[in-house]
Amino acid sequence: MKYSKRNDGRKFDECRPMKAEVGVVKNAIGSAKFQIGKTVAVAAVYGPKDLFPKFLQKPNTARLRCNYNMMAFSGSGERVRPGTNRRSKEISMVVEKAFEPVLDLSEFPKAVVDVYIELIQTDAGTRCAGICAASLALADAGFDMKDLVCAVSCGLVGDQVVVDLDKSEEDFEGGAVDIPIAVLPRTGEITLLQLDGEISKEDLHKAIQQGKAACQKIYAVQQAALRAKYGQEAKQ
Amino acid sequence: MSKLLVEEKKIVLPGEVIAEGMDFLPGKGAFREGDNLVSSKLGLLNMNGRVVHIIPLSGRYVPKRDDVVIGYVKDMSYSSWFVDVGYAYEASLSLKDATADFIERGSSLSDYFAVGEVILTRISNVTREGNIDLTMKAPGLRKLQGGKIVDITPSKIPRVVGKQGSMISLIKDKTGCTIFAGQNGRVWIRGSSPEAEKLATDAILLIEEHSHTSGLTDRVAAFLEQHAMEIKK
Amino acid sequence: MISREYIESLITQHTRVDGRKFDEYRKIEIEYGISAKSAEGSARVKIGNTEVVAGVKMELGTPFPDKPDEGSIMVNVELLPLSSPFFESGPPSIDAIELSRVTDRGIRESKALDFKKLCVRKGEKVWLLFIDIYPINTDGNLFDACNLVALAAIRDAVFPKIVDDKIDYHEKTKTKVPLTKLPLACTVWKVGDTFLVDPSEAEERAANARLSVVFTEDGKICAMQKGGDFPLTEEEIMEAVHLAEKKTKELRRHFT
Repeated sequence: MKYSKRNDGRKFDECRPMKAEVGVVKNAIGSAKFQIGKTVAVAAVYGPKDLFPKFLQKPNTARLRCNYNMMAFSGSGERVRPGTNRRSKEISMVVEKAFEPVLDLSEFPKAVVDVYIELIQTDAGTRCAGICAASLALADAGFDMKDLVCAVSCGLVGDQVVVDLDKSEEDFEGGAVDIPIAVLPRTGEITLLQLDGEISKEDLHKAIQQGKAACQKIYAVQQAALRAKYGQEAKQ
Repeated sequence: MSKLLVEEKKIVLPGEVIAEGMDFLPGKGAFREGDNLVSSKLGLLNMNGRVVHIIPLSGRYVPKRDDVVIGYVKDMSYSSWFVDVGYAYEASLSLKDATADFIERGSSLSDYFAVGEVILTRISNVTREGNIDLTMKAPGLRKLQGGKIVDITPSKIPRVVGKQGSMISLIKDKTGCTIFAGQNGRVWIRGSSPEAEKLATDAILLIEEHSHTSGLTDRVAAFLEQHAMEIKK
Repeated sequence: MISREYIESLITQHTRVDGRKFDEYRKIEIEYGISAKSAEGSARVKIGNTEVVAGVKMELGTPFPDKPDEGSIMVNVELLPLSSPFFESGPPSIDAIELSRVTDRGIRESKALDFKKLCVRKGEKVWLLFIDIYPINTDGNLFDACNLVALAAIRDAVFPKIVDDKIDYHEKTKTKVPLTKLPLACTVWKVGDTFLVDPSEAEERAANARLSVVFTEDGKICAMQKGGDFPLTEEEIMEAVHLAEKKTKELRRHFT
């Protein structure tokens, strides 16, 4: 089915407006909020601390443990039942994997670093917003990272390749394909990729290219947010 | 042609390319990738000859040998104490490193340091596996009684202390408080009144907030001067 | 870290760690509609460094047999490990359950909501309000913060549209949820021999006992909860109630 104009008037390769703020949870050693359109994610980092049970410990480095959760009122329909479910567990796992290639926790052998991601309001693209927030929180926490991580969903709405699908696009009656990706902005490498739907090889390639380009814009927003918290210290 | 892409003392972010060419060497918080030097930390760029370091602006304490730190006694066994020094794992203080006194077999360790007490101690050894040994055998190391502890980012402790201890002396002079700054980001303060302790606390938090601005000593001096008057009134 | 001994010694010198008076709250901020896209009503409350968010989700259900023409509420507080190093993942802790139930009672027992107006068809269909509360940063006084944020979120809530007996969550009506009273909570904490309000995390740890008192605008008490390991005398209880009455009158200003 044809999708000739986006519901909110955006260009096909355009992200929704973004906002990022670092240091939003004072108790955490690092934290951030990332908003894209109406999707709002908060991430906070705690640790490194003792990891139990012991068999989970890694002898040379700390383990990264992510915890993705939607607040009960943050869904688009009925209340989301509190507690973990298969979806949130899987997302937590793929988020961990998205950071694995860049995060170096070898200063903290056997320990665990916890990243908590909470969604306050959702309009699709929640895991990507969560990764963007978590990336800022981990940088804020002062850990060694080879790069930040940027994430966005790309895909197909009807017959059209787009980036940053909102909920109305995911639910498009002519069908939609959702491809969340996480990108390392310096190298362009991809650390998370999932796909839900049916797409041709050509469209997939085009979607990934557009997603990577969008991630550069997300990267700029992330950098600005970190500088907004720490930048003023370099002046004078 | 080698080129530094970020000025000294400027903020760099993780993943940022900070220099091109082979003339620069990666120090702490930086790594080489092809022809480039890349930062792996959020911090300030610092040059030491050809070596580029990133001085962290945030982050947890990583213990180093000979650091003097403030620890909380958490637990004890027959022959040692377990102390929280702000790292992922507790450090251990063995009986022989705790005191020169002869301790009789079977006597209670809490007579020396009880759970919940605060000590100024020194890190005598750190293994790669994260085991930390402490010692109390050096001048000035002792139990810290009363007072309060302010937590700040460990990388900012050098600014709180100042050159040859100038900053911390300034705060001590103006507030009349006794202050110890542990390398692990904990600052112990005890003064003659809650107001004096609060003023010393606020001065330390001011240093933390503005740690990388120039003219910090003057700023702190002015702050203390202004508020010390209020306390006297 | 601020020790219990330090806080107690300050109390004997008539002051607190941040220099506040014993009956002085930190700065309170209330923001509405923080999850307007998702929830039927939502709010954020900050009390100093303590920040909580809440959202109201509405569903249609069958009424209780003894109250066939009344809807119902359910308050749920989840102590997110995101908000404090002292909270852990897993099933709700007893602290979370207590907070949920005390917040729930204050609203339910005062009949702050006109439950009859939540009836769609007597004996068959009524509105159920799920009020979910989450701390974002915890630095003491969650009892009062949860009460404030629950009321603010309900105040912000509007009914979604019913189409063919089902809720269309994408269509909101203009009808506000019938919040007729504001039962405000003030929790009084006993530290040493002194009563204080709005403790920080460290002050809560130093406290011996606490008493939450919920007051409606007409000066009626609609819920109470004593906590802590130490007893309170009759005189102390009345002193705490008196202090809570005074403070809830002040808190009410945030809702005008």
